[in-house]
Amino acid sequence: MRVLAAMSGGVDSAVAAALAVEAGHDVTGVHLALSPDRQTLRSGARGCCSVEDAHDARRVADELGIPFYVWDLAERFAADVVEDFVAEYAAGRTPNPCLRCNEKIKFSAVLDRARALGFDAVVTGHHARLADGELRRSVDAGKDQSYVLAVLTAEQLAGAVFPLGSMTKERVRELAAERGFAVATKADSHDICFIPDGDTRGFLARKLGEQPGPLVDAATGATVGEHSGTYGFTVGQRRGLGVSVGDQRPRYVLGIEPATRTVTIGTADLAGVREVRTGAPTWTGPAPSLPLRAAVQLRAHAAAVPCSVEASPEGLVIALDQVQRGVAPGQSAVLYAPDAERGDLVLGQGAVLRAG
Amino acid sequence: MTYLDHAATTPVLPEVLAAMTEQLGRVGNASSLHASGRAARRTAEQARERLAAALGARPSEVLFTGGGTESDNLAVKGISWARREADPQRRRIVTSPIEHHAVLDSVEWLAKHDGAEVTWLPVEPTGRVTPEALRAALGDGSDVALVSVMWANNEIGTVSDLAALAAVAHEVGVPLHTDAVQAVGQVPVDFAASGVDALTLTGHKLGGPMGAGALLLRRDAACMPLLHGGGQERDVRSGTLDVAAIVGLAVAADVAVAGREDRAARLAGLRDRLVAGVVAQVPDAQLNGAPLDDELAGGPGRLPGNAHLSFPGAEGDALLMLLDAREVECSTGSACSAGVARPSHVLLGVGADPDRARSSLRFSLGSTSTEADVDAVLDVIAPVVERARRAGMSRA
Ligand SMILES: Cc1ncc(COP(=O)(O)O)c(C=O)c1O
Repeated sequence: MRVLAAMSGGVDSAVAAALAVEAGHDVTGVHLALSPDRQTLRSGARGCCSVEDAHDARRVADELGIPFYVWDLAERFAADVVEDFVAEYAAGRTPNPCLRCNEKIKFSAVLDRARALGFDAVVTGHHARLADGELRRSVDAGKDQSYVLAVLTAEQLAGAVFPLGSMTKERVRELAAERGFAVATKADSHDICFIPDGDTRGFLARKLGEQPGPLVDAATGATVGEHSGTYGFTVGQRRGLGVSVGDQRPRYVLGIEPATRTVTIGTADLAGVREVRTGAPTWTGPAPSLPLRAAVQLRAHAAAVPCSVEASPEGLVIALDQVQRGVAPGQSAVLYAPDAERGDLVLGQGAVLRAG
Repeated sequence: MTYLDHAATTPVLPEVLAAMTEQLGRVGNASSLHASGRAARRTAEQARERLAAALGARPSEVLFTGGGTESDNLAVKGISWARREADPQRRRIVTSPIEHHAVLDSVEWLAKHDGAEVTWLPVEPTGRVTPEALRAALGDGSDVALVSVMWANNEIGTVSDLAALAAVAHEVGVPLHTDAVQAVGQVPVDFAASGVDALTLTGHKLGGPMGAGALLLRRDAACMPLLHGGGQERDVRSGTLDVAAIVGLAVAADVAVAGREDRAARLAGLRDRLVAGVVAQVPDAQLNGAPLDDELAGGPGRLPGNAHLSFPGAEGDALLMLLDAREVECSTGSACSAGVARPSHVLLGVGADPDRARSSLRFSLGSTSTEADVDAVLDVIAPVVERARRAGMSRA
């Protein structure tokens, strides 16, 4: 196959590219320049992180003896991922930008362009298994990234290759070290690449400005505090509420209403949900017939819970076997068919509209 | 492999390799007083004389440097500083927007950090700076530190008439520097006859080594050093002379200049066939820069080995990648350290719209180019352009 290896400059994509070369594919490396700050990209040759990452990726490509290019996707990334991220928070939802990037950038803009240029597939260093069109969890449960890939359609998956799904992260680092890659010991990257300091609330405050509003206790309806913007909160959040209510019991964010700038909080017993409603689902293969028994994962790095899935006019209704906390609108409800032997199979996903 | 990127760098000539290898086997610091040092100095000075002779300069006007970038920095900063020290009024630098980054970024650095003012010269759509434009920009010249205009553009290959420009600058007593990196060995370059005050050249565009260049600097042109130290080069440039590199540079310049006329005629013939063949297969391809047969007072108005074309609807990057996969090596013209394609400042500078600027390719021919190289391009260009067009101008 002629494949395009997306090389971020990290260890995973380096090993993925190497394995593609060793498997006999005709591989071309490409680094996606996503930074919206064009100035850093050029003058940053003197020390910006994204340029350093591009350099690390190029070093590996040169060692592998494959052509290497940088594709500038900054505009697409700003529009499809960063603006979407800000707009979702502004609307009181909690987006997952990595999922959006896979959906709109890596397996859309990049894959489309790759196909137009004569490539058969895009190779990435994602930790997930993909064989015969079936997307499954990685062998390494702690590093599994199937959650952020669940949004991909069969058409997109047909153009994807994930060489790392059947090995642990530790093994990936070993393979990198065996091949002499300098990135073998490079630290794992941040969750949100465009917020390098990790301060999401500060990032959103710069984009959206101060939007003070009340924190309301659900039990009493009383205003128990002030906040500087609803975008600083996620449904299910417990820490950083900045209030202490008389009884000292922990409070959780129950709801976010941007129109009135109201954040509603309440005790654990009010935070649990049994039913999740989503918008129109996407499926990794042929749409399954509903109703359906499955397991659902409601955010990245959460455990999946058994559930029953039915169709609804807007998408799906997912009835949970066990009460869950922290189901935030905007997150994906990813459905799996559990399979301990071959890895849980990803069926598809729908974006959470509300839960109760 | 079809190598058509000679403007980026061109193969080392066999004569250069032989001369450098011989010199690398010898010990001796050209500043030392003993026999080994004297031998090294003698070799370096012979090289200086040989280089000067090839370019119509006096040996004492040759300053060896670490390449074109250093020579440009030295001329732009060093001459500006010296001029301003003599008269603080002289804060203005007059240059064109299509200079190489070694000049542009030096000028912009002076503007940002050192109180210089910049006057950007208008360039014609072909990429030429005219004497009239320079005269208008200079005014009475009393506030001007330096003019810097390149002899030949590295992307689109357009040549300017530096003798005419130098004459205009001298009318108002302003010195002129020219980056002749792409011109030397391609078009007639005579330092004394041109009248320019400072001229940049570099070895690796001539068949010489990388990291070796020279600034030709008139004796009466004051220039402050960038590198302080042993004062080896007229106290304007310090650093132990790299004798082997200097020998390589001098041999390359001599051979390139001596063979220039024959080579230029041969390359222009190949280049013309390349352009005609490409346009025959891709009828809407557009030639950038001056017409192929353009003439100036002193020689061709376009570098003989330069073919710079835009392919509407196709991205230069995609074209480059597809050609690379078919073993044809060329360039989009603007190499960028970060590897991120930007519309070329040269094409934007001559008034091309950003899409045209991003859809361009530079094929540059040199001493080793053959008819087979042209055939190799013509064999693949049509399907490559078609494929790149399918991928579109989508910003990836
Ligand atoms: C016009 C021009 N000026 C300056 C340079 C820089 O020369 P060097 O690579 O020797 O630093 C180049 C080539 O890279 C060039 O084409």
